[in-house]
Amino acid sequence: MTRRILIAGASMGGLRAAERLRASGFMGEIVAVGDETHMPYNRPPLSKEALASEVTHEAVAFRLRPAVADVTWRLGVPIASADLSAGAVRLADGAELAYDGLVVATGMRPRRLPTPGPARGRHVVRTLEDARALRGELGPDARVLVIGAGFIGCEVAATARLLGADVTVVAPEAVPMRRPLGDDLGAALQRRHEERGVRFLLGRTVAAFLGEDRITGAELSDGTRLDADVVVEAVGSASNTEWLGGNDLDLSDGVLCDNALRVEGRAGVVAVGDVARFPNPRYDGVARRVEHWSIPTDTAKRAAVTLLSDLGLCACDETPFAPLPTFWSDQYDLRIQSFGAPALGAGDIRVLEGDLDGEVVVGYHDGGALVGVVLIGLPTAVVRYRAELMRAPVAA
Amino acid sequence: MKVIVDMDVCKDHGQCVFSAPEVFQINENGRLVYEAEPDESLRDAVEEAADVCPLQAITIEG
Ligand SMILES: Cc1cc2nc3c(=O)[nH]c(=O)nc-3n(C[C@H](O)[C@H](O)[C@H](O)COP(=O)(O)OP(=O)(O)OC[C@H]3O[C@@H](n4cnc5c(N)ncnc54)[C@H](O)[C@@H]3O)c2cc1C
Ligand code: SF4
Repeated sequence: MTRRILIAGASMGGLRAAERLRASGFMGEIVAVGDETHMPYNRPPLSKEALASEVTHEAVAFRLRPAVADVTWRLGVPIASADLSAGAVRLADGAELAYDGLVVATGMRPRRLPTPGPARGRHVVRTLEDARALRGELGPDARVLVIGAGFIGCEVAATARLLGADVTVVAPEAVPMRRPLGDDLGAALQRRHEERGVRFLLGRTVAAFLGEDRITGAELSDGTRLDADVVVEAVGSASNTEWLGGNDLDLSDGVLCDNALRVEGRAGVVAVGDVARFPNPRYDGVARRVEHWSIPTDTAKRAAVTLLSDLGLCACDETPFAPLPTFWSDQYDLRIQSFGAPALGAGDIRVLEGDLDGEVVVGYHDGGALVGVVLIGLPTAVVRYRAELMRAPVAA
Repeated sequence: MKVIVDMDVCKDHGQCVFSAPEVFQINENGRLVYEAEPDESLRDAVEEAADVCPLQAITIEG
């Protein structure tokens, strides 16, 4: 009998899982179920180059390899629930699908602010539709209020400035991108944004949105009032795991996995991408989710082998899974790249090359050892520092 | 196998270099240089490079 592997979520993680299942020799049926109506597409351009020009599926769609031509895509319908002991999921349209193996790839959705006020004019950026709706309101006359000074907030701020909009960023932290980068580099990037005309109101939150049937402004926690036509909420994300409820899983932060990406010891169930919380022996072995674009590809490769070995279809991989987290962000003409785990070296940050207001390499250390590197520019240094991070021994 | 990198799109991130150093390199000016017709034995590495390119600038033909 042909076996069926069901992939929950039809985005990057789901696509990479399908590719890796085929590459690892799985000849059975693959069904990918996704609640978005589109074939898998790439999200990073939605806050950057696609938002700056034209937001079309064609511009951001992933190319499909011939190896995945026979995957069945059931798009536009969410999975409502799963019964892991029975090996079946139920879709929102009532259909029930049994499986032999399950890949959890349902990712994240943007967190929304509970702040009162009109809904029209308030945006998030996760899907193609989100980006299209936002693009429609961004123009030289727009007064844009970005809430949140993480990477996505800062990228949207940069893109909106490039489109000529008036841009203000409001966030509770003292410097933008502080948690991933540290105070000094965050402050340096803030100066670059300010040079290009972005205004930052930090150490503050939004108390209320103003306006009748659409946004006209906001009142901040310190009483400041701002005019705004467009609000972008970039305040983090929440895991899409509700459909897994009732299976006695730890869903407190994504899906808890072992180092081979098997979901809490359940044979034949794996997770990939943003939603997978797994221990990385390259660091302290604490299970964490990693919302980096490199992770769907890395996790899919390993999860496919784990799943197929659980099904008795391939040999198990005993080596520790220790991906090097890799992240990039483009803001204006600045190329920011991060390797390793800067957050774990936040107590000992050093400029290794260049200077913070130009091209720079910043090193993050733990116990004197380099655990993360962030570069702005300096492409020739990238290969060198990445190699150095890869050389550190990984505990078995 | 033919490799095409859209150099208008490429931002010299160098991610491709880690997957297929035989095919992709960053030169001393920080720009990407690559072998346009690599040997078939490098197909897996080149496909991986295409997957990990943040700008999705790499196309493989044939
Ligand atoms: C605007 C933006 C910019 C980014 N920029 C960068 C960047 O510059 N660098 C970087 O490293 N990373 C970046 N990222 C992060 C990167 O895009 C993510 O890490 C990546 O998309 C994760 O892929 P995924 O498949 O795990 O999850 P997702 O892409 O979230 O896919 C999950 C899919 O599952 C679907 N789904 C959810 N629930 C259900 C259900 N019940 N039934 C069926 N389907 C369901 C969702 O609709 C979605 O299609 C960015 C993300 C965004 C949103
Ligand atoms: S990974 Fe992509 S963007 Fe980076 S150098 Fe290679 S082709 Fe260019």
